[in-house]
Amino acid sequence: MAVYFQKREVVVPGQLLAEGRYRASFGTYDEGGKIFSSLVGLAELRGNTVKVVALEGAYIPKEGDLVIGTITLVAGNNWKVDIGGPYGASLHANNALRRPYSDDISEYMDMGDVIAAEVIAFDRGSGPFLGMKGRGLRVLQGGMVLDVSPAKIPRIIGRRGSMINMIKDHLNIQTMVGQNGRIWIRAPNTAVLRLAIKAFKTIEEQAHTSKLTDRISEMLAEEMSKIGSGVEDETDSEEDSIADTVSASETEDEKASEEVEPKPEKESKTESEATTDTEDESVDVVAEVENNEEEEVDEKQKEEVKEK
Amino acid sequence: MGDYSTETISHIDREFISDLLRKGERLDGRAFNEYRDIEVEVNVVAAKAEGSALVRLGNTTVVAGVKVLVGEPYSDSPDEGVTMVTAEMSPIASPLFELGPPKEDAIELARVVDRGVRESETVDAKKLCIAEGKKVYMVFADVYPLEYDGNLIDASSIAVNAALLTTKYPEMKVEEGKLVQTGEVLSLPLKNVAVEHTVAKIDDILILDTILKEEFVQDCRFTMAVDKNNNFTAMQKGGGSGPMSLELIDQAMDMALEASKDIHKVVDDAVKSVE
Amino acid sequence: MSPETKPDFLISPEGLRIDGRRTDELRPIELKVGVLKQADGSASIRQGKTYIIAAVYGPRELHPRHLTLNDRAYLRVEYRMATFSVPDRKRPAPSRREKEISMVVANALKPALFLEEFPKAVVDVFVQVIQADGGTRCAAINAASLALADAGIPMRCLIPAVAVGKADGKLLVDLGDEEDKYGQGDVPMAILPTTDEITLLQQDGMFKKEELLEAMQMGINSCKYLHELQKEALRRAYVKKASENGDEDDDDEDDDFDDDMETDLGEADLMEDE
Repeated sequence: MAVYFQKREVVVPGQLLAEGRYRASFGTYDEGGKIFSSLVGLAELRGNTVKVVALEGAYIPKEGDLVIGTITLVAGNNWKVDIGGPYGASLHANNALRRPYSDDISEYMDMGDVIAAEVIAFDRGSGPFLGMKGRGLRVLQGGMVLDVSPAKIPRIIGRRGSMINMIKDHLNIQTMVGQNGRIWIRAPNTAVLRLAIKAFKTIEEQAHTSKLTDRISEMLAEEMSKIGSGVEDETDSEEDSIADTVSASETEDEKASEEVEPKPEKESKTESEATTDTEDESVDVVAEVENNEEEEVDEKQKEEVKEK
Repeated sequence: MGDYSTETISHIDREFISDLLRKGERLDGRAFNEYRDIEVEVNVVAAKAEGSALVRLGNTTVVAGVKVLVGEPYSDSPDEGVTMVTAEMSPIASPLFELGPPKEDAIELARVVDRGVRESETVDAKKLCIAEGKKVYMVFADVYPLEYDGNLIDASSIAVNAALLTTKYPEMKVEEGKLVQTGEVLSLPLKNVAVEHTVAKIDDILILDTILKEEFVQDCRFTMAVDKNNNFTAMQKGGGSGPMSLELIDQAMDMALEASKDIHKVVDDAVKSVE
Repeated sequence: MSPETKPDFLISPEGLRIDGRRTDELRPIELKVGVLKQADGSASIRQGKTYIIAAVYGPRELHPRHLTLNDRAYLRVEYRMATFSVPDRKRPAPSRREKEISMVVANALKPALFLEEFPKAVVDVFVQVIQADGGTRCAAINAASLALADAGIPMRCLIPAVAVGKADGKLLVDLGDEEDKYGQGDVPMAILPTTDEITLLQQDGMFKKEELLEAMQMGINSCKYLHELQKEALRRAYVKKASENGDEDDDDEDDDFDDDMETDLGEADLMEDE
């Protein structure tokens, strides 16, 4: 029984991490009772489980993930959606529209449209399949899409959404963070947009440093005071009703949810906004997520880890 | 490189870039006629290439190398050497570049950069002659993009010029029918240096030195080679089929003339750094 | 064009090589990770005058489709030399030599990779030789392996590689250009440093069996040293990023190991200081 790394140590592939009754989890492999890192990342011991938090890597879909994609093809009742990573996604009309719908589904969404959707099924042999029945899932209008490394998304969201909410509070922007490394941003003006990009890029670069939320918050406060009130608010307010990222509640979608067994709406939220929502003590929870559902997700995650 | 009309460009990207431009802005805060930061490092392949340069134009990086060989002249120009520029769109530089034989746009890149050098007669072909009708110097400048974030043409032009201007090669002569080194080291005989400037047209707006996101939505681009005496020595309209009015072309030429002073200086400074 | 002539001897009477190295000494090596922004992973290597950049894209969708493997990702390696990387200008089109090297580099890297994690996808490794001065295929493997790690491709370990050879009857590691050209043989090899198994092995020239076994042992020793350099370069690239800003890590905080299990994306939880 021995552990060969410091907490948060940057480890490299092939590095021996632990020996004995330890369990190999994400980013590690077990060979003859020895656990090695399979990635460059930060080593972590939880209980007797050893894992490596990835610092890089392509987007691999996971059920319940919120993703932002571009429609690249309309074929029959399916849209093909580019969500980055190795697997092109498809979205069936049944998982996006209320029936009956027109034969020509390009009337609703067409090539080039950017959508926020949820991964409803994925295994590495087929899929991923997307759905758009959840709350806030829709065709995105205006703004821009920023690409960041998908491995950095949890940090951009922060613990229970702390980071992203802090950024939104400072900048008063609309934003949606896809687990696939795409961030949709709509800002009142270009100065604020640049600041939002700077914030996201800084988090991406410094994702494995500590006290990042504080530093970003300070930076934003300082820069915002420079921008001041001199800049006109250029957004047209018509779409403010869908403003608040994923947590925007859209009654329309709720009505539509009788078909195809939609995922519980809150799940996509749990995954995207509060990925690591596991502890109960903090009260400043982003969301109206209920505890039982947290646990449910938690169980699912545990199982996933076990499977590895 | 430049014509993305067959790719699916997201509506958000397209509108976002056009909206910004209509407001007179660019994503990175540059003016419409402003280049990104340019860094030039010469002699990066000092051990094998006779001349070389690495150019960083914002996040676009290219490396150019020059080989000087001895070969036989073309029969219609027995006293002239040969200069040739090629470029590849190596897949190392961008997820958009594919493996396989060069496609049209890679060939266009090479041809446009080549014309910028050849049509301005950067290298004096007559002075590349070793023995008339028998031996001449052949100068090959080859460009490899390493990182592609827009405007490969101008980056390549700067790199090729910086590499040609710092090329050193051993002097050869024909002695008793044999090729021998004289022991002297030569620089290329230069005649007239021109640098290329590429302007993109998006709606009715012209911008210099596009980043990739801008290139994605351009209607077309327009490249001009400008020498130090404000002559235009080569032009190419490409990167999409969008038409351009004479008025816009007039405006583009002014942008090129204005930018060319700075770009010539960038090249000259890099050359001076090793003299 | 710079014509090269055969040196009088490759090993001096004092037992030193043409560039002053001992027989088991590598050339100066500089490894850098994360040198290209567009690529998912990248690394460069300078080994003597050899200069190579490797980039990794992927795992990504594979085109053309007929290459698809249903149970793992396809590892596609493209080794290319710049026309100006060699004394005579190399023709721009890929040569048979480049194609063969692409294949042996892929085979050298594959045993280290968990490609089964990405069925049907492709992992592209592009190697660009900027300047060739001997040992390019081995240097390519050293850099490509780092680029793969930088791209976050899961792997058993990094793969180090070196060429062992023979000149003036003596075994040498890390052949330079002249030793390669005018020596008596060349054995490029790569190993899995966790098991010492060999993943690349080629040979040119004339060797006795005992010589080859000795050469391979020398190669393994040099690879182990190279492996240390690789790990150091990789760590440097990431630790540097970490320490550039806010290195006020309070290491004495309580380790909350009783935390619930996280997903693989638990970085936020892991890092956030409360």
